[in-house]
Amino acid sequence: MQSWIPLAYLVSASFFIIGLKRLSSPRTAVQGNVLASIGMAVAIIATLLLAEVVSYIGVFIGMLVGGIAGAVFAQRVQMTSMPQMVAIFNGLGGAASALVAAAELLRLKAQGIDAEASVSIPIVLGTVIGAVTLTGSFVAFAKLQELMRGNAVVFAGQQMINGGIALAILAFGGLVIADPTSVASFWILMLVACALGALLVIPIGGADMPVVISLLNSYSGLAACATGFVIENQGLVISGSLVGASGLILTQIMCKAMNRSLGNVIFGAFGAEASAQAGAAASTGTVKSGSAEDAAAILDAAQSVIIVPGYGLAVAQAQHAVRELGDELIKRGIEVRYAIHPVAGRMPGHMNVLLAEADVPYDMLVEMEEINSSFPRTDVAIVVGANDVTNPAAREDTSSPIYGMPILDVDKARTCMVIKRSMNPGFAGIDNPLYTAERTMMLFGDAKGMAEDMVKAMKDL
Amino acid sequence: MEGSFVLMLTIFVLALFVGVEVITKVPPTLHTPLMSGSNAISGITIIGAIIAAGSDSGGFITFLGFLAVVLAMVNVVGGFAVTNRMLQMFQTKKKGA
Repeated sequence: MQSWIPLAYLVSASFFIIGLKRLSSPRTAVQGNVLASIGMAVAIIATLLLAEVVSYIGVFIGMLVGGIAGAVFAQRVQMTSMPQMVAIFNGLGGAASALVAAAELLRLKAQGIDAEASVSIPIVLGTVIGAVTLTGSFVAFAKLQELMRGNAVVFAGQQMINGGIALAILAFGGLVIADPTSVASFWILMLVACALGALLVIPIGGADMPVVISLLNSYSGLAACATGFVIENQGLVISGSLVGASGLILTQIMCKAMNRSLGNVIFGAFGAEASAQAGAAASTGTVKSGSAEDAAAILDAAQSVIIVPGYGLAVAQAQHAVRELGDELIKRGIEVRYAIHPVAGRMPGHMNVLLAEADVPYDMLVEMEEINSSFPRTDVAIVVGANDVTNPAAREDTSSPIYGMPILDVDKARTCMVIKRSMNPGFAGIDNPLYTAERTMMLFGDAKGMAEDMVKAMKDL
Repeated sequence: MEGSFVLMLTIFVLALFVGVEVITKVPPTLHTPLMSGSNAISGITIIGAIIAAGSDSGGFITFLGFLAVVLAMVNVVGGFAVTNRMLQMFQTKKKGA
């Protein structure tokens, strides 16, 4: 009678795949997301009808509580805080997988079943990956929410401690696999994995967050996948591996966009090294700063403008003000485009979402590789809250820590305006020669306030 | 048992290939919704959570299952809802443009 249930999981997995396929264009993406959520509903209903599921009260209360909490978070979160939100959700997903693995281990023991390696290995993997995802995501959240220092935190013997913890995970994981009834070893394993997750993310600086979040996204999928092996459920395995693949691809894209290897991001403690140098290499050139009125006069004479948004735009909530500035330029017949660096912001696609929220048509957004050749023919490049992704040192200065990272060539525009709060170096703490360059005009101020002032100044011309 | 493990492993590897094929076609402009959407899909672990919470295995196991149901459900509902919110913004743009 229950034989149709695995078929329901197949249907659900198909919905996920079709849903993800529809995400390949902004036009069909909404529908894709709806299809994926239908797939999830199918999977949940099928599971509720399984013969083993006999008591419903707890399940329904849990679903209700979780569902309401999720809906409220999703409704309230600001678009600028999307990286934090995704980090938290990743963490919760990982935790759920680890808990399921734990419950299964205890159930096998209670029923006196001696789990084979084909079950106990996935239990260990699901627990470790899930726990690392949980604590890693919460540290990432704390950094993004500025509950703790966003910079890289490095302390003596860090690598040694991490190495020790990794060894402990191997040891206790081995113990659990050898004897799945050793519940004490299992809980220690979970605790140690939790510690590892936090310690791995603590030394990673804010600018590297897109990589971390992508990686944790992948882990949350792989944890679900391991859980699928534990309870022998194809639905979980298929869906988990789709997410795992997605996160891995994004991780790879982010690393490539920074010209760094994954190992270098995770173990490099990049931000810390760089900030130590920044003090010594303080800028020596002269800075030309201008007012909103100066900027408006130059923009009025321009024919083409490229706006380059970065994390500072998100922090200042400046997306709407910048859109207004863009509109004001378009009204004057000026060609306006937005240049998007793959690692601008704190997660893949962060800037695109913010500009979409501000009603900027997505076809005005151009990727780095496509737009870079246009800068020399562009009258004005306006950098709003972006720093490292526009740093010419990445192109020219072999001693720079970001040397080799692909950047947006804003310095090649006829005039480059940089809206920035002060001369303080950016998140990675690296000196940016763009700010003292011949053709650069610094517009000191809050991104939102300055963009608004520029719109006003243009209207007053 | 062993046979089913190999079968699961086969499904896993094939699904990874499908995932890579499908995901590489998602344009960078949709990478954030892709993350939140795939994140919601990783909430599929709710299947395991429901089984653990609903199979009457007794006290602590049921409690772990209950916790897992809550967490996975936050992931599922929150993930799909927030993805929908974002994608709607991309869509209204299309009509406005």
